[in-house]
Amino acid sequence: MDKFNIEIDGKTIEADPGSMLIEAADNNGIHIPRFCYHKKLSVAANCRMCLVEVEKAPKPLPACATPVTAGMIVRTRSKKALEAQRAVMEFLLINHPLDCPICDQGGECELQDVAMGYGKDLSRYTEGKRTVKDKNIGPLISTEMTRCIQCTRCVRFGEEVAGFREMGGMNRGEHLEIGTYLDHNLQSEVSGNIIDLCPVGALTSKPFRFKARAWELQQRPSIAPHDALGSNINVHLRRGEVMRVVPRDNESINETWLSDRDRFAYTGLNSDDRLMQPMIKRKGVWETVDWSLALEQAAIGLKEIINLEGADELAALASTQSTLEELYLLQKIMRCLGSPHVDHRVRQIDFSCQDAMPLFPGLYQSIEQIEHADQILILGSNIHHDMPLLALRIRKAQVHGAKVHAINPLPFTYHFDVQHDCVCDPQDMIILLMGIAAALNISLGVEASISDTAKAIATDLQSGKRVTILLGVLVEHHPQSSLIRHLAKLIADQCLGQVGLLTEGPNAAGAWLAGMVPHRQAAGKKANKMGQDAAQLCETPKKGYVLFNLEPLDIGQTNVMQTLKAAKFVIALTSFKQADLLDVADVILPIAPFTETVGTFVNLTGLWQSFTAVSKPFGEVRPGWKVLRVLGNLLELPGFDYEDAFAIRDELKAQVDAFTPDAPAPLPAITKPSAQEGLVRVGHWPIYRGDPLVRRAQPLQDSGLNGSVAAFVHPALAVRLKLTVGQHVIVQQSHAHIQLPLQVDERLPMNVVYIPAGYSETAILADYAAVILGAAT
Amino acid sequence: MQDNKSNLLEHEVRAEIDRWVAKYPPEHKQSAVLSALHLAQDQNGGWISQDLLDAVADYLDMPRIAVYEVATFYTMFDLKPVGKHKIGLCTNISCQLQGSDKIADHLKTCLGVDFGCTTNDGQFTLREVECLGACRNGPVMHLDKTYHENLTPEKIDEILAAVEDQA
Repeated sequence: MDKFNIEIDGKTIEADPGSMLIEAADNNGIHIPRFCYHKKLSVAANCRMCLVEVEKAPKPLPACATPVTAGMIVRTRSKKALEAQRAVMEFLLINHPLDCPICDQGGECELQDVAMGYGKDLSRYTEGKRTVKDKNIGPLISTEMTRCIQCTRCVRFGEEVAGFREMGGMNRGEHLEIGTYLDHNLQSEVSGNIIDLCPVGALTSKPFRFKARAWELQQRPSIAPHDALGSNINVHLRRGEVMRVVPRDNESINETWLSDRDRFAYTGLNSDDRLMQPMIKRKGVWETVDWSLALEQAAIGLKEIINLEGADELAALASTQSTLEELYLLQKIMRCLGSPHVDHRVRQIDFSCQDAMPLFPGLYQSIEQIEHADQILILGSNIHHDMPLLALRIRKAQVHGAKVHAINPLPFTYHFDVQHDCVCDPQDMIILLMGIAAALNISLGVEASISDTAKAIATDLQSGKRVTILLGVLVEHHPQSSLIRHLAKLIADQCLGQVGLLTEGPNAAGAWLAGMVPHRQAAGKKANKMGQDAAQLCETPKKGYVLFNLEPLDIGQTNVMQTLKAAKFVIALTSFKQADLLDVADVILPIAPFTETVGTFVNLTGLWQSFTAVSKPFGEVRPGWKVLRVLGNLLELPGFDYEDAFAIRDELKAQVDAFTPDAPAPLPAITKPSAQEGLVRVGHWPIYRGDPLVRRAQPLQDSGLNGSVAAFVHPALAVRLKLTVGQHVIVQQSHAHIQLPLQVDERLPMNVVYIPAGYSETAILADYAAVILGAAT
Repeated sequence: MQDNKSNLLEHEVRAEIDRWVAKYPPEHKQSAVLSALHLAQDQNGGWISQDLLDAVADYLDMPRIAVYEVATFYTMFDLKPVGKHKIGLCTNISCQLQGSDKIADHLKTCLGVDFGCTTNDGQFTLREVECLGACRNGPVMHLDKTYHENLTPEKIDEILAAVEDQA
C-alpha cells in the first residue's frame, strides 16, 4: 500500500500504512514521551506515557498502540495531551523514589528526563510509597526494584528477542513485582541488554555501579573484539579510564544489542595481570627493562636464530584478536626475514583444504540475510555462545517460520526451536552429512547409508528456498574439517543455498587477508615459499617463535608447551602476564589491547571496520603495530617506515584491491570416515574463556555460563566405567594425563568425553583425540 | 540445562492434565496451566511446592517463569505449606452488612488464630477473601471447595465440629 499523509503538530508527514503513530513521529523527529514502547519490542501500551490528542477521538490515545490512518490530525503538545501526560507522570511517580542523587541511573534516566519535561515540580502525594525487595540476578546486573515502573521491557526482551524468558511479573495489582522469582544468575548470554532497555534505575550495570556519572563520561566509538560479527560499540571513559561499554546502533550488524561478552569484557582491562613494562629473562630470572633494551634483545635473538640455524627455524603464531595492521606487519617481518612459517589457525588440526579456502572465511551473505533464510543447518557450533548476536538473527528467522537443524558433537541449548537437534560423535557427524547428501541424490563416490534423520533433514533442506549452512568452530577444529566443508558445500549447492564459515575471534578474515597463513601472502597471493601450518609448528619444534596476543592455552595443538619450552628463543607480544608465557618466553613485549590502539578488524561479511585508541596505553605499553614497526627497523628490513597505522591498512587495501586471487582449489575428495573407536575427547572454548581479555573479566567468570571444569560423560558410560559423579578421574591421552572431577550429561553421545578448553588445567589435552578415563587412586 | 521435573506429577495427575490439554489447540498447551496447577496443588495436600511448579512448566513446555507468574497472580494457589483445610471468609461489603465482622471474630476465637494464619494442629488455615459471588446469602465463607452461606456463630460451630469429627 502507498504511504499517506497525516498531520502531527501542524506538520504534514508521510506515514506507512500499518505503522503506529509513535513510529511516524519518531521518523520525523517529533518526540513523544514513552517508557514501555521500544522500537525492537512488541507494543505493550501499559505505561500510558505516550498519550496524544487525536482529532475526533473522545479521549487521548496512546501513540504506541494507535495505527496511523490517512488524514489523521494529531496534537502531541495540546492542552488535552499535556494534561494527560502530566497525569500519567504523576501516577508513575507516586511509587517511584524521588532520590535521583543516590540513584545510579541519575543523569541518564528516561524517567528523570520525562519528569523534567512533562511532570509537575511538586508532588501532592503524602502517603507511604511502595517498596520492593531487590533481587540478586547475578554478577552483571544490579537491581533496585523499588525503582521499577513495570514497563515490562526486560520481560519482553527475554521472551521476544533473547528467546529465553528469565524475568517475569510476579503477583498482581499493587503487589506486582518484576523479577526472576527464584534468585539465580541470569543465564542469557545477552542479558546485559536489559540494562539499556530499563528506562529507570531498576536494572543497572553491576560492574559499573556507582563508578561514574553519565555527565562525567566521554563517549568514543570502537569495535568489539570478541567475535567475528564486529559489533559496534561506544566506550565510555572518565578522565581517560574505560568505565563501561555500550552498544552503538548498527542495523546491519548488532542492531541495537550487544552480547554480554562484548559489553563486560572491558572489566579485564584493569586486571592485575596487565603488563606495564617490557621484560626479558636473564639466566632464568625475569627483569623489567626499558623498551630499547627489550627490542634490542628481541632483534638480537631473532638474528641469532637466523645466523646460526637459518630463517627456516623461525615461526610466528598470532591470535585473531590482533588487528589487521598487526597481523600484516608480523607476517611481513617474518617473510622479510626469510621465514614462511606464520599462522593464526592455532586451534585447527585439519589443513587439507587450505588451498580451497576463498580469499577469507566468512558468511558470504549479509548478516541481515540470515533473518530471511527458511532452512538453516548449524554444524558444529554452540551458536548462542560462539556468536550471541548471530544467534538472535537465526532466532528471528525461526520465529518467522524457518526450520533450524543442528548437528554437533556436543549437546547445546538453543533459544529457538530446533527441528532436528542431532548430537553425535565426530565421525557420525560425517556419516550423517553423507546420508543427507545421498538423500539429496548427490553422488559422493563412496557408499553412504541414509538414516531416517538424514532423510528428514534432506527433505526439509530440499524444500527450502533460502538454505543456509553455517559451519562453526567445532567443525573448524574437527580432524576432518575439510571433508565436512566439502559435504556442506555439496549439500548447499544442491539446495541452491549458501555455506557460511563462523570463525573465532574478531579478525580471522583479517588474518587471511593480511597473509597470516603459511601458504598465502597478503591479499591472498600464493606464497613464494610454502610455510608450515600451526599444527606442524607446534608438533615439530622450531628454534625461535614469536607469539602475538597468544597464551599457550589459546593454542589447541598437542605438545604446544613442550615445543615452546624446547625452543631456543621465544618472543611474546601480549597485554597480560601469564604463568605459561613466563615459563616459555625469553622476551615479553607489552602491547596495547583494543582500547589503547588503532586498528582494523574485518568481520565475517568482509567489512573492514577501523577504530582508534579510546584511551592512553597503561604504563609503558605500546600499540602492537608500533612495536612491530620498530622491530622491523631494528632488523633493518625495508618498508617499515609507516607514518601511522592507517598507512599500513591502506598499503594492504591497495594490494587487496589490485590483486585478483586465483579461484580456490577444489576441495579434497570425499573419503569414507572410519568408525570412532574408543572414547574421544571433544573440547570447546566456553563462552568466556576464548581470549586473554575475556578470561580476565571477573564478572563474566562469575556468571556461571562457562560451566564447570570437569570431564563430562554419558551417565551410562560412567556406569560402565564404574565411575561416579563428582569423583576425580584420570584423563589419559597418549602424551599426557590430568585429573578432573567427573560430571554426567545424558545428552552426550556414548563415546564422547567433553572437557572444556581454555583452562590451564585442561590445556595439555589434545582436542578430538582418543582418551581413556579411569578412577583416580 | 535444567532437569525435566515432569515426573514429579503423579501419573493420574498427568493423565488428567492431558485431558485438559486436549481441549485446546495443540500449539496452546499452556492454556491448561490453571487446571494443571489446581491438580498439582491437590496432589500435594493443598499447596504447590517449587518442584511442582517446575513440573507443571516442564510438562506443559512452558518457561518456568511463566508458571511462576500465573501461580503468584491467583490467590487460589498456595505456594507455602497450609493447613489441611482452607477457610476463606468474605469481608466485602455485602457480607459485612450481613455481619461478617462477628463471624470473623467468632472464627478467630474458635480457631485461636488471626487471618492469614494456620492453627497449631495444622488443621485449618484461616483467610480473609474478596467477594465470593454469593452476596444474596451473606455472610459467606468457603471451607476447601464448599461454600457455606447465611453464616451465624452457631453454624460455624457446627461446620467446624463436623470437620473435626471427620478427622
